[in-house]
Amino acid sequence: MKDLLKRFRFFLVMLMILIGVMLVDHPKEIKALGIMASSLKEMLLVIPPVFILLGLLDVWVPKETMVRHMGEGSGLKGVVLAVLLGSAAAGPLYGAFPVAGVFLKKGVSLSNILIFLGAWSTTKIPMFLFEWTSLGGRFALTRLVVDIPGIIIIAWLICKLVPEAEQARVYQKAEKL
Amino acid sequence: MVAKKSELSYSLVLKIRFERGFNVRRGVVLFALILYLLAVIALIGSWANDRQKTVAALIKAWKAFDTILPQLLGVLVLIGVLLAYLDAPTIGRILGKDSGWWGVLVAAVVGSVTLIPGFVAFPTAAMLLKNGAGLTQIAAFISTLMMVGVATMPVEIKYFGKKVAVYRNLTAFVFSFVVAWVIGMVVR
Repeated sequence: MKDLLKRFRFFLVMLMILIGVMLVDHPKEIKALGIMASSLKEMLLVIPPVFILLGLLDVWVPKETMVRHMGEGSGLKGVVLAVLLGSAAAGPLYGAFPVAGVFLKKGVSLSNILIFLGAWSTTKIPMFLFEWTSLGGRFALTRLVVDIPGIIIIAWLICKLVPEAEQARVYQKAEKL
Repeated sequence: MVAKKSELSYSLVLKIRFERGFNVRRGVVLFALILYLLAVIALIGSWANDRQKTVAALIKAWKAFDTILPQLLGVLVLIGVLLAYLDAPTIGRILGKDSGWWGVLVAAVVGSVTLIPGFVAFPTAAMLLKNGAGLTQIAAFISTLMMVGVATMPVEIKYFGKKVAVYRNLTAFVFSFVVAWVIGMVVR
């Protein structure tokens, strides 16, 4: 019971805030519930196939293969693969975190995982086409040209900023996910 | 007056989206369909090769989902409350009213805490531009919207720990100003 409470602590706090909003600002409450319903629908729609694919990836792709292609010392090939994998994706960023979790487990280097996250968040190909039609080619292209080196620099910077002991802990934690 | 303008821009966004045949729900559903197709093909292939491994994969999938479930539920409520207050007309008002680097900062913060799918964000941004919002501000807004996720931090922390998650969001936030600055210089 206590464990359950601890696990759902964040959710419970959020529920209390929601109830607070209900008490002081009823119209916003109705709106919040509507937004929650549509977000829930989107999550439920996307989550089952993502997790099934992740389970299969976990079982079928040996760790050695992933380490060789995207692990420490995979060099430029690892970086290019990370950018391509991230860019080919679609969907919200929170969908990328479980994928990154399996990558951690499979020994992909932290910098490549961060590059993958960066690419997923900002250089997705379907989104790029959409951005082009909405905001113009110049806007979309400039952003892409700045973003690609940017996400690589960010990944490198984080690897420098986060102590190695903490990095090791992240990998250990991933084993349990 | 200002409020009226952004309301108008919001209805224009919807109109344009329909005219071009872009529909938010259709985009989401299409993406999900592709995912389901991939998952089903992979499952059939896996089952044909090794039934035990396939069952193990499904158990792993369930466990991974179960681990992240509390965070997902919390994020869901957080997004609901946040977006109830920060809807498109409100954002338009904030970006349209301010200018200069202060406006860019506000735009970056608003982009960091909101969570709007790109299918909606880009046409919205286009309309805000037409209604007088600065290009640099819009660029900052789009950039943090995509790269920084304050609302989804609990999920990120679950996988990466506090340090990596905080650093990633912070560096992405700062980087968005670089993106905004370059776009402000290059795009006319």
